[in-house]
Amino acid sequence: MPDPSFIFAQSVSGLTAAMFLFLIASGLSLIFGVLRVLNFAHGTFYMLGAYAAFQFMLWLGPGRGRFWLAALGAAAAVAVLGGLIERFLFRRLYGAEELYQLLFTYALVLVLGDATKMLWGTQQKSVSLPPELDSKPLTLLGATIPYYNLFIILLGPLIALAFWLTLQRTRAGRFIRAAALDRETLGALGVNVDALYTGVFVLASFLGGLGGALISPMRATTPGMDTEIIVEAFVVVVIGGLGSFWGTFFGALIYGQVLSFGILFFPRFSIFAVFALMAAVLIVRPWGLLGRPLK
Amino acid sequence: MTRRIPWGLLLIAVALAVPALGSRFYTFLANDVLIWALFATSLNLLVGYTGLVSFGHAAYFGIGAYTTGILMKKLSLPFLLAFPAAGVLAGAAALVFGFFCVRLTRIYFAMLTLAFAQIVWAICFKWNEVTGGEQGMPEIPYPSLDWMGRLPLLGSLRTSDHFYLVSVVLVALCLWLLRRVVGSPFGRMLTTIRENAERAEFIGVNVRRYELAAFVLAGAFAGLAGGLFGIFNRGVFPDFAYWTKSSEVLIMTLLGGMGMFYGPALGALVLILLNQQIVSYTEYWPFVLGTILIVLLFVFPGGLAGALGTAARRLRRAA
Amino acid sequence: MLEVRGVRKSFDGFLAVNDASVSVAKGQIAAIIGPNGAGKTTLFNLITGHLRPDAGAIVLEGRDITGLAPHDVCRLGMGRSFQRTNIFPKLTVYQNVQAAFLSHRGRGRDLWSRVDELYRAETESLLGSLGLRERAGEVSGFLSHGGQKQLELGIALASEPSLLLLDEPTAGMSVTETRETIRLVERIARERGLTLLFTEHDMEVVFSIAQKITVLHQGRIIADGAPADVRADPEVRRVYLGER
Repeated sequence: MPDPSFIFAQSVSGLTAAMFLFLIASGLSLIFGVLRVLNFAHGTFYMLGAYAAFQFMLWLGPGRGRFWLAALGAAAAVAVLGGLIERFLFRRLYGAEELYQLLFTYALVLVLGDATKMLWGTQQKSVSLPPELDSKPLTLLGATIPYYNLFIILLGPLIALAFWLTLQRTRAGRFIRAAALDRETLGALGVNVDALYTGVFVLASFLGGLGGALISPMRATTPGMDTEIIVEAFVVVVIGGLGSFWGTFFGALIYGQVLSFGILFFPRFSIFAVFALMAAVLIVRPWGLLGRPLK
Repeated sequence: MTRRIPWGLLLIAVALAVPALGSRFYTFLANDVLIWALFATSLNLLVGYTGLVSFGHAAYFGIGAYTTGILMKKLSLPFLLAFPAAGVLAGAAALVFGFFCVRLTRIYFAMLTLAFAQIVWAICFKWNEVTGGEQGMPEIPYPSLDWMGRLPLLGSLRTSDHFYLVSVVLVALCLWLLRRVVGSPFGRMLTTIRENAERAEFIGVNVRRYELAAFVLAGAFAGLAGGLFGIFNRGVFPDFAYWTKSSEVLIMTLLGGMGMFYGPALGALVLILLNQQIVSYTEYWPFVLGTILIVLLFVFPGGLAGALGTAARRLRRAA
Repeated sequence: MLEVRGVRKSFDGFLAVNDASVSVAKGQIAAIIGPNGAGKTTLFNLITGHLRPDAGAIVLEGRDITGLAPHDVCRLGMGRSFQRTNIFPKLTVYQNVQAAFLSHRGRGRDLWSRVDELYRAETESLLGSLGLRERAGEVSGFLSHGGQKQLELGIALASEPSLLLLDEPTAGMSVTETRETIRLVERIARERGLTLLFTEHDMEVVFSIAQKITVLHQGRIIADGAPADVRADPEVRRVYLGER
């Protein structure tokens, strides 16, 4: 029986992973909730966020505050890219069959994934931890926790709260929620649905890109991180419930813990466990923890 | 009766003639195309005819490949047993997975097919004792084809050519069977499900049961394609079941046109040939493919076969 | 032929059908009428098995069919046309009707025969009686609204039902089309000895062919009987006043 501090450490690492996944999966869930499309390219936005952060760090050089600038800049750049794609390409496909929309997002994965390779090559890149958080790690309950991890663990719920407040309290948030329920009526009410869709796409891309940028000091930035992460994001939104905001949050938490403890106790079967969980949820309760039965 | 060109027989004749060109490369390409054509056509039974979009069809391809590989390499069973076993095992898996999948609709159906495929991949990836784990199982033996060397005309050909000819026969047989299924009353019932599942229920069609049947058939034939592929590829690897393989075959099916029986096969041919050509110029094949897909999406929504069909119709009218 | 006993159905607390009981005798032509939202389509969906009642029973020819799946109900001899036209759009007119024959005659399990010529005679004869024979080769999705509704009827008839449910069969039709359709429906019902249960908004249609009328209002049956009696019923008049 491993000792409690080790379990605690695993739990913390699970929490950290969960927060990153939440950032990415929330964007996926948002796009699905409003635009009713499963955006395969979301993992690619995450990857682009990481590479953009690397690039900005390269230009800005090391120093206090640079990382945060790079991260935000990366997220913003990805957001702009997302907006352009939606406005000029994706919008044309709204009337088409869902299958073709999905195919388009997959084609984006191919194009953007390779474009990443063209621009940055295939060698893995790394970004150094921001100096503000790079001090001697914290020791809590016998486990060593880097400050950056702590930061991420605290940031996750903060962003979730901010996001949730936006959805609940602001006008734009109300429109987003309404669009998720009934877009035709919303359009008939005179709301600029086109702009709303673009806005949703931009926001989701920002979140995905931010996730990638923030993870870059912790994990190697390589091509192929897009196809890996998108499947994980799928698992999260399925468990939590497609289109449900808090569902995505809790789904990410559950996923993080299952993965980290799975690796601990059943190292050979941890990946299996995650997909088995996804299948089990779909079989027993397809709309996930907090989702609503679709149509 | 109008003079109808026996396209099927012509194609088989052309396919059989490929080794005569003497190029190992052409035979290799043709073999690749054949197997993927079968794989894509099997998926089309689900997507094009029943209206069920599966993101996890590679699971059955992988199961078929591993079945044949394990039976032939580890248990030294003959191809005559190992090949049908691929179809049977893949079909059985499809029965189990499909039972759960058909109770869901649309996006949930797709997600569950993906989940099951990833489970298959995870098992292949980690079950080192049986599947060879991450390294897979290289060096799958060819079936014993010495008897072919004794036949006239075929004596001078290599083993890979012999296997290719076997593939032609087997794939042609499978495609013919699938064609019969699609053109049968059962196949017609599937299209009613695709067109309007609610209405189909109320002409007495037990939609779930038919969907499961289609799922099993599609899985079984995908397994057969996998069985062939493992030998052709001289090795079986976990990525045969990974989700990106599922998306490759789905793209072929859509590209070629899911409304027509030979659409996916055409998609396989075009995609593989295109891949060959592009890869000789640049390593950025995914970029090219992605761009082509995007262009096609906006210009040819019916896929290649659809576009060809429209063109053919226009030509006939003009003639 | 058909007995609906005390059937109840609510959705998220909203009581759509409240203790409804209807019976239709063999060979009868019966109608269910009521203002919009009265629960007519819900009642139909309960009868055909698309919805499961919370309480009550549905009995077809003496056999309890409550809770059976729609495809089983259809096989027991019930046919239905839908309010929103429900055909197989990419299939031809011929294929639409043929599909119903194939299913009804149990050919669905056949994976081998070539499908095109099966039941050609029956299909063409049925198309002929509906006036659609010349359009047999057309893709059904391109038919006019009236044509699609006729095809819809054809599909329901091809299942060779003993009880036919028609959900607003003349909705969206012109006056001439309506008259033609009703004449057609009446003739076919007579020729085949069908029992007919239909819902309608067009009162002229209802009173011209219905032998028995049931009035639904807010989920409850408020009148049930011969046309003349229903027309004179004071509550019915109250409910429909202002409907003009």
